[in-house]
Amino acid sequence: MTELPGVTVCEGCDAVYRHATLRPREVASCPRCGTELAVNAGAQQKRLLPLTVASLILFVIANLFPIVEIELQGRRAQTTLFGAVVALTGEGMSPVALLVLATTLLFPLAQLLILFYLSAPLMRGARPPGFALLVRVLQSLRPWGMVEVFLLGVLVAIVKLSGMATVVAGPALWAFVGLTVLLTSVVSFNPRAFWEMAFSKPGVDTLSEPSS
Amino acid sequence: MKGGKSLNALGTRVADIASRASTHTAVDAGSGTMVTAAELGLRECHHCGTVWQGAHDREPCARCGTRLRTRKPDSIRRTWALLIAAALMYLPANLLPVMITSSLFGTQRDTILSGIIFFWVSGSYGLAALIFTASFLVPLFKLAALFMLTVLAQRRSQWRQRERAKLYHVLEIIGRWSMLDVFVVSLLAGLVRIQGFAEVTAGVGIGAFASVVVLTMLASLSFDPRLNWDTPKIAAKVENPLNERVQ
Repeated sequence: MTELPGVTVCEGCDAVYRHATLRPREVASCPRCGTELAVNAGAQQKRLLPLTVASLILFVIANLFPIVEIELQGRRAQTTLFGAVVALTGEGMSPVALLVLATTLLFPLAQLLILFYLSAPLMRGARPPGFALLVRVLQSLRPWGMVEVFLLGVLVAIVKLSGMATVVAGPALWAFVGLTVLLTSVVSFNPRAFWEMAFSKPGVDTLSEPSS
Repeated sequence: MKGGKSLNALGTRVADIASRASTHTAVDAGSGTMVTAAELGLRECHHCGTVWQGAHDREPCARCGTRLRTRKPDSIRRTWALLIAAALMYLPANLLPVMITSSLFGTQRDTILSGIIFFWVSGSYGLAALIFTASFLVPLFKLAALFMLTVLAQRRSQWRQRERAKLYHVLEIIGRWSMLDVFVVSLLAGLVRIQGFAEVTAGVGIGAFASVVVLTMLASLSFDPRLNWDTPKIAAKVENPLNERVQ
């Protein structure tokens, strides 16, 4: 088994392409099926760590404070994300509760922690222990983090309730808005690029040079 | 890791990724003929993207340790199983109540569709359209589209391959948004619990609905888009990797 350098295979249709130099923020797509072949992440690579830290801070706020509060005839009720999960479990809906917990809390948190753990040493060109496993976990978690869908769900719920009660947005709602914006940028980073970063020669920026 | 032979040594002209790509647009195929990794006997590691020459099926990638496979294992069979399961759950998901609201005026049981009708009648047309799309159209469209893609891939059909590839991309993007109703119901169940005045509880239907979303997502993940493009000749080679070494 020998490595064939300077070659990319399309994940969508198996076509073989020769590597090319991409300018910063350029995306090469397969002309046959449209699948993304290569991305020059440009400065995104350097922004990854600060964005991840900022996302983690917002993540904590989003989960510690109530998302919305309602007031009905002088009575108040509020909930956090975790509160909603606990309520669902109490109603005998534990599989659904688990799914909500995983897609909005556990998976995004795991994604952020792994990104933090990996990108901090990679800045210095070092591969932390468990690198291969964690990049793989990161890749498989990618479709299952659904913070942006949850945010839309919160907005729909607010509109639904606004007819029957007074709805007050909690601090966590704003944190979720910020988190969604940051995550869009953080999650768009393809974990595969970690392999290119880890195997690049020190001093040479492989993302702007053909890696052959 | 020593580099292998260059592509030219394989005796094949391969399309170049042209370097004249403009920002965020597809690049031209450039010169050269379209040739697939299966035809050349190359194996790409789907995890780290390294391309290997002379590797056996299921041999671990020397860079990251992932087992190399030319196609996703049992792709068609797994997609069928998940798709059929999703289609079966689609009925209870739409017939059973997803949300039970009890207030001073009595108890109301809402299904996915009755919730949408409620929004429409109360004048929130935009919201009704949004939920109708995310909760009703998207799952139905996804089931039908995956059904069609799997049937055509199974028959090695060459019909509208480009459009089918595009359809698969769309499915990958929109699938997750069907979780919308699951989140709405969960949040309302957690929030609206004012004893005696108003209480929202989740109905059994939401469990069935969530399973439809998860099963269709799993089905599209287990579908291998490369099967769209495999000619019968390549397919025979891919299905029986042993032939490769004999030739």
